[in-house]
Amino acid sequence: MEILVCARRVPDTAENEIALNSAGNDVEREELVYSINEADNYAVEEALQIVGRVGGKATVITAGGEDDEEILRREMAMGANEAALISDGAFEGSDGRGLAAILKAFVQKGSYDLILTGIQAEDGAAQVGGMLAAMLDYPFASLVTSIEVLDGRKLKISREIEGGNKEINEIDLPCVLSIQTGINEPRYVGMRGIRAVASVPIPTYGATELGLDAGSVGAAAAKAKRLDYFVPEAGKGAEMLEGSREENLEKLLELLAAKGGLK
Amino acid sequence: MEAASQFASWLQPGQALFLGVHILGVACFAYIVYRRLLPLVRAQSDPRYDEPLARAQKVLKFWLGQWKHPRYKTAGILHILFFSGFILLAARAFTVLFVGVWPGFALPGLAGETGRVYEAATDYAATIVFLCMIFAIVRRLAFKPARYAVPARFGKAHTADAVFLLALIAILMVADSVFEGTKAAALAQQGGSPGIETVLSLPWMFKTALASASATALARFYFAGYLLHEITFYFLLCYRPFGIQFHVETSLFNVYFAKLNKGTVKPVRWGVADDQLDQVKSFGVKTFEDFTWKHMLDFYSCADCGRCSDNCPANAAGRPLSPRFLSIKARDYAFQHYPMLGAARNGTPLIGTIYSEDEIWSCTTCGACEEECPLLVEYIDKIVDLRRGLVDDGNVPQSLQKPLKALESRGNPYGKLEKKRGEWASAKDFQATCRVATLDGKRTAETLYFVDSITSYDDRMQSIGRATARILGHLGENFGILGAAERDSGHEARRFGEETLFLALREHNTEAIQASGAKRIVTADPHAFNALRHDYTGLPPVEHISQVIARGIETGKIKFNPVENGKVYAYHDPCYLGRHNGVYDAPREVLDAIPGLKRVEMKRSRDRSFCCGGGGLMLFYEPKEEERIGVKRVRLAAEAGANAIVTACPFCMANLEDAIKVAGLDGKMSAIDLAELAEQQMACESGAATAAAPTEMQPEFVGRR
Repeated sequence: MEILVCARRVPDTAENEIALNSAGNDVEREELVYSINEADNYAVEEALQIVGRVGGKATVITAGGEDDEEILRREMAMGANEAALISDGAFEGSDGRGLAAILKAFVQKGSYDLILTGIQAEDGAAQVGGMLAAMLDYPFASLVTSIEVLDGRKLKISREIEGGNKEINEIDLPCVLSIQTGINEPRYVGMRGIRAVASVPIPTYGATELGLDAGSVGAAAAKAKRLDYFVPEAGKGAEMLEGSREENLEKLLELLAAKGGLK
Repeated sequence: MEAASQFASWLQPGQALFLGVHILGVACFAYIVYRRLLPLVRAQSDPRYDEPLARAQKVLKFWLGQWKHPRYKTAGILHILFFSGFILLAARAFTVLFVGVWPGFALPGLAGETGRVYEAATDYAATIVFLCMIFAIVRRLAFKPARYAVPARFGKAHTADAVFLLALIAILMVADSVFEGTKAAALAQQGGSPGIETVLSLPWMFKTALASASATALARFYFAGYLLHEITFYFLLCYRPFGIQFHVETSLFNVYFAKLNKGTVKPVRWGVADDQLDQVKSFGVKTFEDFTWKHMLDFYSCADCGRCSDNCPANAAGRPLSPRFLSIKARDYAFQHYPMLGAARNGTPLIGTIYSEDEIWSCTTCGACEEECPLLVEYIDKIVDLRRGLVDDGNVPQSLQKPLKALESRGNPYGKLEKKRGEWASAKDFQATCRVATLDGKRTAETLYFVDSITSYDDRMQSIGRATARILGHLGENFGILGAAERDSGHEARRFGEETLFLALREHNTEAIQASGAKRIVTADPHAFNALRHDYTGLPPVEHISQVIARGIETGKIKFNPVENGKVYAYHDPCYLGRHNGVYDAPREVLDAIPGLKRVEMKRSRDRSFCCGGGGLMLFYEPKEEERIGVKRVRLAAEAGANAIVTACPFCMANLEDAIKVAGLDGKMSAIDLAELAEQQMACESGAATAAAPTEMQPEFVGRR
């Protein structure tokens, strides 16, 4: 099975202190460390596991700049067979629809049975996967928590439903799935693995290679624009339980039961 | 007939048979040893041919001297008794074996008076060994010491095999005694009794019983005693390599080739330089043949005594790890995959077959198992090698992936900003009393305080950092820290199998430390202490703060105010300060120098200290366990009558403070770091030494940055 995973490089929330920049329109990006978007990493792992079970190839792509190549290396070190960087000055400032259009152009250059994205980018809007599916006229499922390959170009997938329930679907290939974190346990990649793939060439695709009209993507074509970016004021503090340990425990159990945390 | 020729004539009819048994026995043993050596030949190299004197010393102390044995009184004394019996009996057994095919054979030097004394001594030796075996069998069957039990997940009990082997030795002693007793009886009947009367020994009893037996009967007993002895001897020799008694043959070699440099971790591949590691295709141990030959010899040498697991904190807490079965399972694997007949089946992965991932991640590398093992079997290097294999295949628990990634990108497992590493020293009220210089290339100092990650970033542990700095200041030390230029020592990265990451951290720190111009290093973190001492090279000498304080007391620079809180203190030995580096006394000297301080020892202290639960990355790992290791430790402190635990390690502090809460001892038990306690009690006389100001960097150092 030919699988394409769309990944993104984001500031790692666990390793940064995210603060607003002085202009107040973005986070302060100096001193940030980046890594692959967590959900995308799960998507790559899922692709690798499917390839391990039924054969085929896993390709990872990301749209961005030169710096973003590092996550492609990391995912290749993880085991992805191929990677490609989609990069062009004309792509800068694309909105979700623009990004989906760029990815669509790449998808149509190859023949992929399955396209995976993470459920959402940590700094994103969880929109590209769905838009990409619509543009390709492929079926789409979101919040996927397991994938089983069936005979006859079909998948059996489970989806997470609010409240912890699960739904099982059958979906035709080719399709686009957005992967929920926790679907698997991504394998570890260390410096050694990355070094081993350090000299593997990673091709770059620009607007020309993808046959895209530069005017249809990028900032000029964006129909959704960011107006503001701010850190909400901290609300009132948490409810403090005061009393002996036993009393607090009892109160806590009551509260958990009342708010639906205990069944 | 002369006695000697009479005995020879008694054995005469069996000579061909005896020779046959000899040849068969030796041939079988040689073949078995050859088959057992096969995996060792295919194993990874392990150069242990250096330092013959140090190794011979180990043999004298741990093999001949049975040094570790008395740590377990009953089993230890028993073992010392029959081990010395065996050593004494070796020459006699050798002589007896030869006599059957070489009439009148005697070892040179064992004729005449010496021979008679030796005979008498060995009469008693055989008797003692026999009694020991009977006692050991009874102990195994009736008293069943808990540490010999085999948990269901590790298979069936080993009792039958153990008892069978013990019984065989008992039979060997009986056969020897029948042989010697008959001889003595015959000599007595002929009127001459040149031997020493070994009253109440086993041969003496046979001699007495056979005192009036006919010559024919004596001849038969003599013959039977010889044959039984010979067959039992060779049966034992050839059967031992299939079970727990193989150590009889391997122990001498295992002790001779034992690891000499405690606290270190073996390199990924012996003979491959660190900068050549990228050429190594596979890291660590994935298949049995990835072990080194010495580690395989360890598996053969394990005597199944259970002392390692009896002391293992992971095992005690119900984690899936039992060091004893790490060895036993590998030995069984070797026996199955390198059978006596047929081709070897090598190359199958160990994880998922004999070992589980959780088992390998459960180890805290505390070293209690190695400290206890009478045969000096190594565990930490094997665990690290197995982890290297897991890391190489990407099989790292999710809970450890984030801290490892953060170590890579930020130089600390918490993912905190590099520039905030030195912030603990800039708290206003602290700075007012103690200024800590940052050796950033512009300034240098005599002493570098290497803080390491947890003390730098953890709110609670920063107090240990401040106490350490105040003590250094009080001592008048010209000292500073690396601040943002310091990275995690990588101690746990290495011990969790992430060698490449460790090497990167080491390279960075080595450069930063050398550039600081410091002449000595002090740390309050035993893990950093061990890393800088054993994992790094080319650094100035390293000391732990407890050693610095102890010297300050000795020179009179540190004086303490009395404690008047009525608390009873117990000192908890951090594994990487105590067991791995032998620093047991300095912290105790510090505590005992505080007037009025009541101190008790826990049941498990010094080299038998019970781990707190593990430091570094172990704080992130989510083990499968029945009870926290730390909780067990806190209970030991309570049992000793203490209500305050003093430790000298920030990781111990983290684990013990958590454990106090989990054990429900909040308010009844507290934990404090040695540096904190010392700083708190330090008497600041007027005119006390003040810290010498760090000096401007000499140009030569600036140039090196």
